[in-house]
Amino acid sequence: MKHLLGVIGMPAQELTELLQLADSFAEVNARPIPKVPALRGRTVATLFFEDSTRTRVSFETAAKRLSADTLSFSVSSSSVKKGETLRDTALTLQAMRIDAIVVRHASSGAPWQLARWLDCSVINAGDGWHEHPTQALLDCYTLRRHFGSLQGLRIAIVGDVKHSRVARSNAWAFAALGAEVTLVAPRTLLPPSLAGWPVQSTEDLDSVLGRVDVVYLLRMQRERQGENLVPTLREYTARFGLTRERADRLADAAVVLHPGPMNRGVEIAPEVADQPRCLVLDQVANGVTVRMAVLYKLLAGADGVEAEHG
Amino acid sequence: MSRALRRMAHEITERNHGLDAVVLVGLVTGGVALAQQLAQLLGEIEAVTPPVGRLDVSFYRDDIALRRVMPHGVTNIPVELTDRIVVLVDDVLFTGRTVRAALDALNDHGRPRAVQLAVLVDRGHRELPIRPDFVGKNLPTARDEEVQVGLDGVEILRRFSAGPVLPASGGDPA
Repeated sequence: MKHLLGVIGMPAQELTELLQLADSFAEVNARPIPKVPALRGRTVATLFFEDSTRTRVSFETAAKRLSADTLSFSVSSSSVKKGETLRDTALTLQAMRIDAIVVRHASSGAPWQLARWLDCSVINAGDGWHEHPTQALLDCYTLRRHFGSLQGLRIAIVGDVKHSRVARSNAWAFAALGAEVTLVAPRTLLPPSLAGWPVQSTEDLDSVLGRVDVVYLLRMQRERQGENLVPTLREYTARFGLTRERADRLADAAVVLHPGPMNRGVEIAPEVADQPRCLVLDQVANGVTVRMAVLYKLLAGADGVEAEHG
Repeated sequence: MSRALRRMAHEITERNHGLDAVVLVGLVTGGVALAQQLAQLLGEIEAVTPPVGRLDVSFYRDDIALRRVMPHGVTNIPVELTDRIVVLVDDVLFTGRTVRAALDALNDHGRPRAVQLAVLVDRGHRELPIRPDFVGKNLPTARDEEVQVGLDGVEILRRFSAGPVLPASGGDPA
């Protein structure tokens, strides 16, 4: 495995191997000194063309806990502003002998393009509306830790699916691991076609509440308010928000996930966000763990040389 | 082989004047079952069973940049190691590189009063200045041979890389 570009189409076996590898890093993260020398001498660069603090910090933390060096290439203060192309920026980073580039870009497919141009590993940290593979992995990992397995879990993904790379990656990863996925959204916030998606869909959140194990809330992107996709945020909350009354109708063992940052009072009621069933902080902690597994998987060892024991 | 293990158990208690501070740590994967067996034998001898942990050293290996080293188990150290006597347990001692990695890994879990090494088979060919404290059996081998220890710890096979599997000459029938 050289790159991590997406999870759509990734075989269950490969997903499971990454999640199992993450167990070893969860142990590292539980230690008083959560650091191992595994990637000493490797360099990981984050190249973010879209703002994101939590994902970038999570990747940097993961790299540092593996003893890799990190550097962060921030677009707002770089030559990209002076008109440099994506390819030149990436080749510049590669010329500095960087081992992996973690990229976020507003254009779907940008990481694939980078992977074609570069010899180093490319990790997709979110491209357009397309994919966010490490988010899907950390969510799978969180559910696996909580429920033991995703096999047979009934998961509702609620909110702006259309503009969400998180929804896309998660729907496929959840389904690949055996979960039953239902998208819950107004038609304006669903993709024009769900052909090929391994999911069902409904516009009625209340009809699924009583029979799901997991409610996965997507962030309602306030910046899209100008597009008239929903009449008002209040109406969105009334129909699709996880209010306290709705949370009370969930099964006792059901959990709530959210990729963050949460809009309290929009897609999730403040008191629901603070309930023990809301696993948001577990997701954040597991994000570092899973990204350690991804970096290790991509960067440890030489290509094509398999493990030897002794 | 079970006689060899029993002897090692006696040597461990004798060397440490009992088991008060002793923690057994099996190296993943070959040392894990052995550490359990040793703990059981120690329990029969001393009436207290020492705590047993397991250690995966993948992330500390010196060949991590050369080949893909994947962990085969999750480390589990159930007790604080500082001021304890840690007995590392492995099935076969060969180059010593795994033990070197284990010493580094232990560092991250505390500062033991002492670290000792127990191996069921010492096959020689050390590449580092490491020697075992407790040995089940010294087994002279050629460098390119493979030594396999059965899961129940009772049989030793000597295998030539591309050849047939042969029982070790002079193997303990146990």
